[in-house]
Amino acid sequence: MRRIIDTIIEKVIFSCGTLSVIFVILIFSFLFMESFAFFKDFDITKFVTGRYWYPDSEPALFGILSLIVGSFLVTLGACLIAVPVSIMTALYISEVVSKSVRDVLKSLVELMAAIPSVVIGFIGMIVLVPCVRKLFNVPTGLTAFSGSVMLAFMAMPTMVTISEDAIHSVPWQYKEGALALGATKWQTMRRIVLKTARPGIMAAIMLGIGRVVGETMTVMMITGNSSRIPHSIFEPVRTMTAVIAAEMGETVKGSMHYKALFSIGLVLFLITFLINFVADLFLGKNKNK
Amino acid sequence: MIKLNPKLSQKFSYLILFLATALAIMPIMAIIFIIVKNGISVVNWEFLTSMPKNGMREGGIFPAIVGTFAIVMSTIMLTLPTGVCAAIYLNEYARDNMLTRAIKLGIVNLAGIPSVVYGLFGFGIFVMFLKLGVSIIAGALTLSIMELPVIITTSRNALNSVPYSFREASWSLGVSRWQTIRHIVLPNALPGIMTGAVLSIARISGETAPILFTAVAFYVPHLPHSMFDQVMTLPYHLYIISTQIPNMPNSIIFGTALVLLVMILTMSFIAIFVRIYFRKHRKW
Repeated sequence: MRRIIDTIIEKVIFSCGTLSVIFVILIFSFLFMESFAFFKDFDITKFVTGRYWYPDSEPALFGILSLIVGSFLVTLGACLIAVPVSIMTALYISEVVSKSVRDVLKSLVELMAAIPSVVIGFIGMIVLVPCVRKLFNVPTGLTAFSGSVMLAFMAMPTMVTISEDAIHSVPWQYKEGALALGATKWQTMRRIVLKTARPGIMAAIMLGIGRVVGETMTVMMITGNSSRIPHSIFEPVRTMTAVIAAEMGETVKGSMHYKALFSIGLVLFLITFLINFVADLFLGKNKNK
Repeated sequence: MIKLNPKLSQKFSYLILFLATALAIMPIMAIIFIIVKNGISVVNWEFLTSMPKNGMREGGIFPAIVGTFAIVMSTIMLTLPTGVCAAIYLNEYARDNMLTRAIKLGIVNLAGIPSVVYGLFGFGIFVMFLKLGVSIIAGALTLSIMELPVIITTSRNALNSVPYSFREASWSLGVSRWQTIRHIVLPNALPGIMTGAVLSIARISGETAPILFTAVAFYVPHLPHSMFDQVMTLPYHLYIISTQIPNMPNSIIFGTALVLLVMILTMSFIAIFVRIYFRKHRKW
């Protein structure tokens, strides 16, 4: 009897184990099927390189170039802010302060990850957007730049914690060796620690980027939602995620518009798949050392 | 360029690193400060327990709180058992073969899919294909797939931290593999698993994009009766009142944000304290 129960339970455990693969395949095939149907009616090159996203015009235009540019601009801006700050913070937490301070600082940084994106978007609307409008003297504060700043704060927890782990796992012999040769702690950090931890830091950056690309609510609230190709970072933009979130509710199932949104979903899926795949390669490299 | 004295350059660099750290933790402090300062005046018992009135511009947020609880609880009930089983499989049974590598890759990628894509998927498959409609259950299913990789990863770390010798001792007494997991490994890994679960609950409570088209409604005049009802949730309510309603009094928006923030921070702190407590009182 006991043996039968054991076998049944182990079967259940095995099926749960395989679920994650099944879900990834399911999500991909679902997005792929809808997109495939869409590309039968709408040229795929026009979809990727088209400058205009006018789903309601006649004939409807589904060009996502402006959305890709929007996503790219916001992500790039967020990275320019978040990457240097995160690496420096990770160095400070891991190498400069004492262990008890380290735990407190790390918890504080992680706490930021718990703040819902709607709350961050709301604070951005109330605090940052008016500042941007006055400071840079632009007609509206709802710009790609505002989105970048708030997204940088959201990417920092991921970037800091993972690069801190990488920096912390640098073997102490490396550091002691450098210190024994008369290097200062800072020289050791800059020339030895950072170099050794590089794969982990790269993985941290990739995962942070993944988070920024996929962020929806914050960008929808503070980047202005204008689907024109912007000339500078101080103009409103619209990202791929925001289009899906804003328009999915209004579409009719099976319509071109509906399928077009699934195609954007597929593009997002492929981009994040690639980012995570690369990040995973870097993490694997780190472990083999 | 002037060559700085190494000692001096170290002091200077430390200062810059300190400033960067300050910049990294300043937003969280600022966000908490701003929301508490502006929201505390409207949050009282009546705000928490009454329905919104006058197109949300007055009254409370009771249905949004109930809706958030309903969705979060359904999600965690679906995802926790599945995720823990998957973690058990990976940590206790899986051999290093193609399937295991595929599963690990699957988890990594599932964790990276943008939340709005989950929303799309959930809408297509649960709302449309399975005809569950825009409902609590459709939203909970969507969120539970999204949260699965997080639960698996945290549970797996918890299982992995139980020393291997515990298992060997049990096997040497003739206890079967599953019985060992059930009576030795799981109880010792429980604090870690629970910490992960609480953090997941905090994360789910704040999610908006995946339930945007699968579970929530702009306004529902009554509380949910069953799993097949649409609901209001706190994050979605916050989104609506801060972007869609003209002449919305700021105090109510801040109050709603405060309630959401307090819920999430409380859970995060509980998780942090549980983690610290059990690290100190571990048997090994």
